Amino acid sequence: MAASVRARSPRRPLMAVAGALIALVFVLPYLIMLVGSFKSRSEILRVPPTYLPQEWVPSNYVDMWSTPETPLPYNLVSTIVISVCATLVVLAVAAPAAYYTARHRFPGRLVFLLLVLVTQMLQPTVLATGLFRQFVTLGINDTWLAMILVNSAFNLSFAVWIMHSFFAAIPRELDEAAALDGASRLQILRRVTLPLVWPGVVTAIIFTFVACWNEFAASLVILTTAENQPLSVALTKFVGQYESAWQYVFGVSIVGIVPVVILFALIEKRLVAGLTAGAVK
Amino acid sequence: MTTGGRPARWTATARALPWLGPTLVLVAGVVFFPAGYMAWTSFRDLSQFGVDNGPAGFDNYARLLEFTALSRVLLNTVVWVVGVVVVTVVVSLGLAQFLDKAFPGRRFVRLTVIVPWAASVVMTTTVIYYGLDPFYGVLNAFLVDVGLLDQPYGFTRNAVPAFLTAMGIAVFVSLPFTTYTLLAGLQTIPDDVREAAQMDGAGPWAAYRRIILPLLRPALAVATIINIINVFNSLPILQVITGSIPGYNADTTTTLIFKFIRADRQIDTASALSIVNFLIVLAVILVYLKVVKPMRDDE
Repeated sequence: MAASVRARSPRRPLMAVAGALIALVFVLPYLIMLVGSFKSRSEILRVPPTYLPQEWVPSNYVDMWSTPETPLPYNLVSTIVISVCATLVVLAVAAPAAYYTARHRFPGRLVFLLLVLVTQMLQPTVLATGLFRQFVTLGINDTWLAMILVNSAFNLSFAVWIMHSFFAAIPRELDEAAALDGASRLQILRRVTLPLVWPGVVTAIIFTFVACWNEFAASLVILTTAENQPLSVALTKFVGQYESAWQYVFGVSIVGIVPVVILFALIEKRLVAGLTAGAVK
Repeated sequence: MTTGGRPARWTATARALPWLGPTLVLVAGVVFFPAGYMAWTSFRDLSQFGVDNGPAGFDNYARLLEFTALSRVLLNTVVWVVGVVVVTVVVSLGLAQFLDKAFPGRRFVRLTVIVPWAASVVMTTTVIYYGLDPFYGVLNAFLVDVGLLDQPYGFTRNAVPAFLTAMGIAVFVSLPFTTYTLLAGLQTIPDDVREAAQMDGAGPWAAYRRIILPLLRPALAVATIINIINVFNSLPILQVITGSIPGYNADTTTTLIFKFIRADRQIDTASALSIVNFLIVLAVILVYLKVVKPMRDDE
């Protein structure tokens, strides 16, 4: 063992360099974004371009909110409202289902889990036409409610899977002991089980929130009023214009990306298990 | 024994209902109902304002077959899915292998790999679109400065190069999930198996192919199939990169659906094409269930 470590050691600095290059490739677009968000309007459209701003313009982060292309403050509020509400709905709906299917065997259980699995592989994109038709008929097209429903329904499965696996890992004897002490089923869930499955719950919350935050296809057809659209849809309006206000696009993108990247990094280790329904741990 | 069995089984299912009910309602109302409604709409004649003018038989599907750019769109779709998924999986295999080894800073490199996964695909694509602008784009300028290009190239100006550029971006945003899934697969391989593979004496590549790769098959199957669905359903990348190019030379069936909805307001034709896409996705899901056999722990 010691010999193999010694044999590998000359390659370790080389691997660190290769690792740094890989890291650079993965963050490069976001570095361009960050640097671009500090350029002035004339500099970001300059031919040939500058790599770093000659003049740093932090006021872009204030001015961008009143750009004429799209009502960005409304777009940010829409993104937040839709993502927060959908996440709360997912949690309220998925937690009981995850708990019960992990704890109880009953006829229809596997069918239910299969149904959840199939939903995970369906995406709003392929059903966007049907969702649009349905919401027009119901009279709730172009509303937050419609997008909260879409986001919760399509992100439910990840939450069910990840919480299911945490519930299933808790020894049943723990429940039984609490039940003998006279605790009701809801009390057991709240006092005994929830603290133990907390990492799974946090993973479900973060994953759902980030997925809703970035949702694009369904919002594109369902939310037609500029004020109702999330940031993902609003930002596409800058592309293809004669002189785009790229510095604002990038400022908004940084605001829209940094928080969710930090959240995602927190659950990095548990993402795969939830997405592959336990087929890969 | 059998007499009491039936009602008891139903009671067990009935007891589960309050816990599963909300999930069932949401999935039925927002996933299965729109799917059915879409199927129904695909056999109706809808005006541009959404007024239902009665049954249309297979007219909407016939209109798809008569669509002049259909063969090009189908070819694009195959190139898009196969190209992006194959390149993604191959690159991810190397990346996962690399990130599985110990080296200084590995934790940091792993974290940077998830950035494109967490970031909005629209935002990632937009900054690359800007960077590749032939006049003020910094990526184009960089390629010229390091001598890879003689002069800036209009990557996003014509259908074919723009489509290939979009494929590159699709690979970039698919790498994190794929790499992480393969990495998880690698970590299920016991250390002694890996050491045995190294001591085999057959060279690292032969050992990898004969020992590691077969053990990686389940993770590889999951990553490939989930990628096929994601890439097939991908809209934002092509929407941003090729959306302003006229014609259908850079469209897949997915982006064509959105052109039918948004530009032409043909909800009936869009429904017919969506149903075709939906059936393709269902077929891939069936393959997933058959090949991967998820939920093994639950049986």
